[in-house]
Amino acid sequence: MSIRSVDTDHDNLAVILIADLAAPIEQVWELWSDPRKLERWLGPPSHPATVEQHDLTPGGEVTFFMTGPEGDVSWGTWRLAAVDPPVSLEFTDAFADTDGTPIAGTPVTTIRVQLTEHGDGTRMEIRATFESREDMAAWLNMGTVDGLQQAVSQMDALLAA
Amino acid sequence: MYRTVALIWITYNLMVVGGLADDAIDELFRALADPTRRDILRRCAVGEPSVSRLAQAYPVSFAAVQKHVAVLERAGLVTKERRGREQLVSTNAGAVGRARRALDELERTWSGRVERMSDVLSQSTTRRPA
Repeated sequence: MSIRSVDTDHDNLAVILIADLAAPIEQVWELWSDPRKLERWLGPPSHPATVEQHDLTPGGEVTFFMTGPEGDVSWGTWRLAAVDPPVSLEFTDAFADTDGTPIAGTPVTTIRVQLTEHGDGTRMEIRATFESREDMAAWLNMGTVDGLQQAVSQMDALLAA
Repeated sequence: MYRTVALIWITYNLMVVGGLADDAIDELFRALADPTRRDILRRCAVGEPSVSRLAQAYPVSFAAVQKHVAVLERAGLVTKERRGREQLVSTNAGAVGRARRALDELERTWSGRVERMSDVLSQSTTRRPA
């Protein structure tokens, strides 16, 4: 279990996850900076991700799609606000249409990632924040499948362990 | 139908689960005794309207609607929240539940991703230097 703590900040509409990963900081950074590695963790096993564009620089974009079991495809786009290899990045995460344009009325979250060397490994802090309460309501309409799938994949991992 | 059920549920929660004192229950029933206030409450149980949007729905003044909202707020039935120039009104049960669910979902999404990151790392670091 690599996740050390999960905090929910209701006032700031944020979730803060802290994980300790057994790998040097450069390898953890590659999970984000190498599109082929990013694909391996972005989507749940039922919805594998394919990364299309991958420009991990400030102002750059990462676009990707996830393919569901019925062949259904959903697109997402990250807009990078700040990138400081190999320690931090910040981006907005939005649902998008096929050319990577965020879809109006779908939820937007801001993600901040901070990596620090910690013993033999790396501590990763992820802060995910809803832009507004409307985004939160929209997430409930859009995100449930994803959320449920995550829960299921975690159960599978536990059973396999 | 759904809205009436929501209204009864909120009232039940406040009285029974909330363990209100007698005078608070009096206030609760006074707040519920007015048809406009009951209608405001129904609207707030399924959405989060602003005071000005509520005011448009009734043939009374903005000030009168504001007063109704204040009565509901004192009885603990709704919460007002300022966002920009607007004041949004929601039932406590509805707003809190929605916020919690959305944050839980966001947390599950990222927890799942972090767990998978950990798997990817363990697959690519088969041997660690001694």
